[in-house]
Amino acid sequence: MPNDAPEPAGTLTYRDAVREALGAALREDPRVFLMGEDVGRYGGSYAVSKGLLAAFGPERIRDTPLCESTFVGAGIGAALGGMRPIVEVMTVNFSLLALDQIVNNAATLSHMSGGQINVPLVIRLATGAGRQLGAQHSHSLEGWYAHIPGLRIAVPATLDDARFMLAAALALPDPVLLFEHLNLYNMEGTLTEGLQRVDLEHAAVRRTGRDITVISYGWSLHKCLSAAAQLAKEGIEAEVLDLRTLRPLDDAAIMASVRHTRRALIVDEGWRSGSLAAEIATRIVEQAFYELDAPVARLCSAEVPIPYAKHLEDAALPSPQRIAAAVRALLAPAGGG
Amino acid sequence: MNAPAAALLTAGHGLELLREMLRIRAFEDRCYQLYGQMKIRGFLHLYNGEEAIAAGAMRALRAEDAIVATYREHGHALARGIPMNAVMAELFGKQTGCSGGRGGSMHLFDVSRKFYGGNAIVAGGLPIAVGLALAQKLRGEMALTACFFGDGAVAEGEFHESLNLAALWKLPVLFLCENNLYAMGTALDRAQAETDISARAAAYRIDAAAVDAMDVLAVESAVARAAQAVRGGGGAAFLELRTYRFRAHSMFDPQLYRDRAEVEAWQKKGPIITLTTRLKAQGLMSEEDYQRLERECNAEVDSAVQFAERSPREPLSDLERYVYAERRT
Repeated sequence: MPNDAPEPAGTLTYRDAVREALGAALREDPRVFLMGEDVGRYGGSYAVSKGLLAAFGPERIRDTPLCESTFVGAGIGAALGGMRPIVEVMTVNFSLLALDQIVNNAATLSHMSGGQINVPLVIRLATGAGRQLGAQHSHSLEGWYAHIPGLRIAVPATLDDARFMLAAALALPDPVLLFEHLNLYNMEGTLTEGLQRVDLEHAAVRRTGRDITVISYGWSLHKCLSAAAQLAKEGIEAEVLDLRTLRPLDDAAIMASVRHTRRALIVDEGWRSGSLAAEIATRIVEQAFYELDAPVARLCSAEVPIPYAKHLEDAALPSPQRIAAAVRALLAPAGGG
Repeated sequence: MNAPAAALLTAGHGLELLREMLRIRAFEDRCYQLYGQMKIRGFLHLYNGEEAIAAGAMRALRAEDAIVATYREHGHALARGIPMNAVMAELFGKQTGCSGGRGGSMHLFDVSRKFYGGNAIVAGGLPIAVGLALAQKLRGEMALTACFFGDGAVAEGEFHESLNLAALWKLPVLFLCENNLYAMGTALDRAQAETDISARAAAYRIDAAAVDAMDVLAVESAVARAAQAVRGGGGAAFLELRTYRFRAHSMFDPQLYRDRAEVEAWQKKGPIITLTTRLKAQGLMSEEDYQRLERECNAEVDSAVQFAERSPREPLSDLERYVYAERRT
């Protein structure tokens, strides 16, 4: 581990937590290596892997040329060959150059070979908007990837998950995509004392409430928590559910919460059409329709390529204000009152 | 370009190579018939004319080497030692197929023989081969990864990315480009500004050579030499294997893009005829020997068809198995 890593019990950032996770994985399993663009000498585009090259050397902290398709495919091949590669794709936007390898190979090889092959590969990707990076650097495509059988999609939104989801992903023999929202890297806090591991199967209730279930993940989760805090001052108790994994979805946790609150709002930075939010809404309608007191609602990004100008970008993304407004609208008596 | 292999030829060696090529030819010809009988469905890409590559290359490779192939890979699978029964059953979509009926003609797998498919995306296998070779290097194995692909792959970005990465990291990959002059229906010179494929590989500082792949002995010796260099720690090597596809690209191809005379000219110098003529001229094989080999290969195919016909289908209850790895207790 780099020497500047903070004490486990102290304050750390999400970035530090991911770095600790990488260091621990590299220390504990000689088959693990990290590969990607500028993960070594540069220290990672978001400084996540800073210091790891000095600690683990260039064989295990492996800078690649700019060839997403081939270094992701090489990760698949190395996984077939007995290694446990962690491939960093700098951002989800660049992963589009590797779609062939992810969708045609990583996701299919196990089934297509009749179960002879496993692909124990972890791909880390920065995702999301909110930094005025323009349309080509602001995609939220994790819901898209969640469409694909054979992949597992996980989204660490908390420091605990940033620290421990990687180990859970490495322990699985399947390809796992870990989406790290670029606006979370500077988030500060402390790890839950004594926590040693997390799973990649269960959603988590991050705030309890009786009036409505707000379902989200990633950066949007924190916007939901912020909205819930505001709503509490108005006497509205929102339960906030962190999906944690987008594939598989934890239907049981979603339905348990919705049956309790009888209302649901899904908040997703992805676009609405053909979205993960659509999938979740459908599942709620299929499984808990008669227990609902209001239509399922969604708050997604505006259906535009995410614009550069701050006021436009802000208007395109879910915000705590809009989340709170959507909750109030759902709780208002029919007919607007 | 050609290895001076004729001097080394013995009857045993020659007959083994001929038998392997005849097996593949007999298998492919039967597949053609079975497709017409609707026993085999989906896409079917036959290897007629290119048999010398799989037969020669696999003899020069070792059991510990990994293999990555394309959608035209029946010959590679058979020459690698995957039982013909398992390959035929796979084409029939049966449970006893080498991919449990889930892969079909384009996705033959046998991990016990380090045969990592059957990839049906042109150039899609190259990055996987680079990764297998990276694992071999990191694990200190004395093995290489042999990656077969066609001339069409040379136009894809993954070809260039993979050659660059393999050269940059000095990985034990043996790139084996089967240049049959056509990417489906597009002739090489209609798709590539530079048609000298080995020259393009050499531009990545990879040792590259072109081989007459109608000569199975030339293929075998070239692959053996290249493999030895790769195993010796020399990094990747590249062979352009110049060949020709005698049959259509797939079963849906009316072959409007090439003349019958061109096909016939290549058939006259095909790999089976070439070796047969040489063995007979050197007195190493009689016509009776040849007939016997053919009979034996046809009998093996008959038996594989019977096996595939009799084999059970995967039960529908298993449809969703293997999408994710099954937990082992």
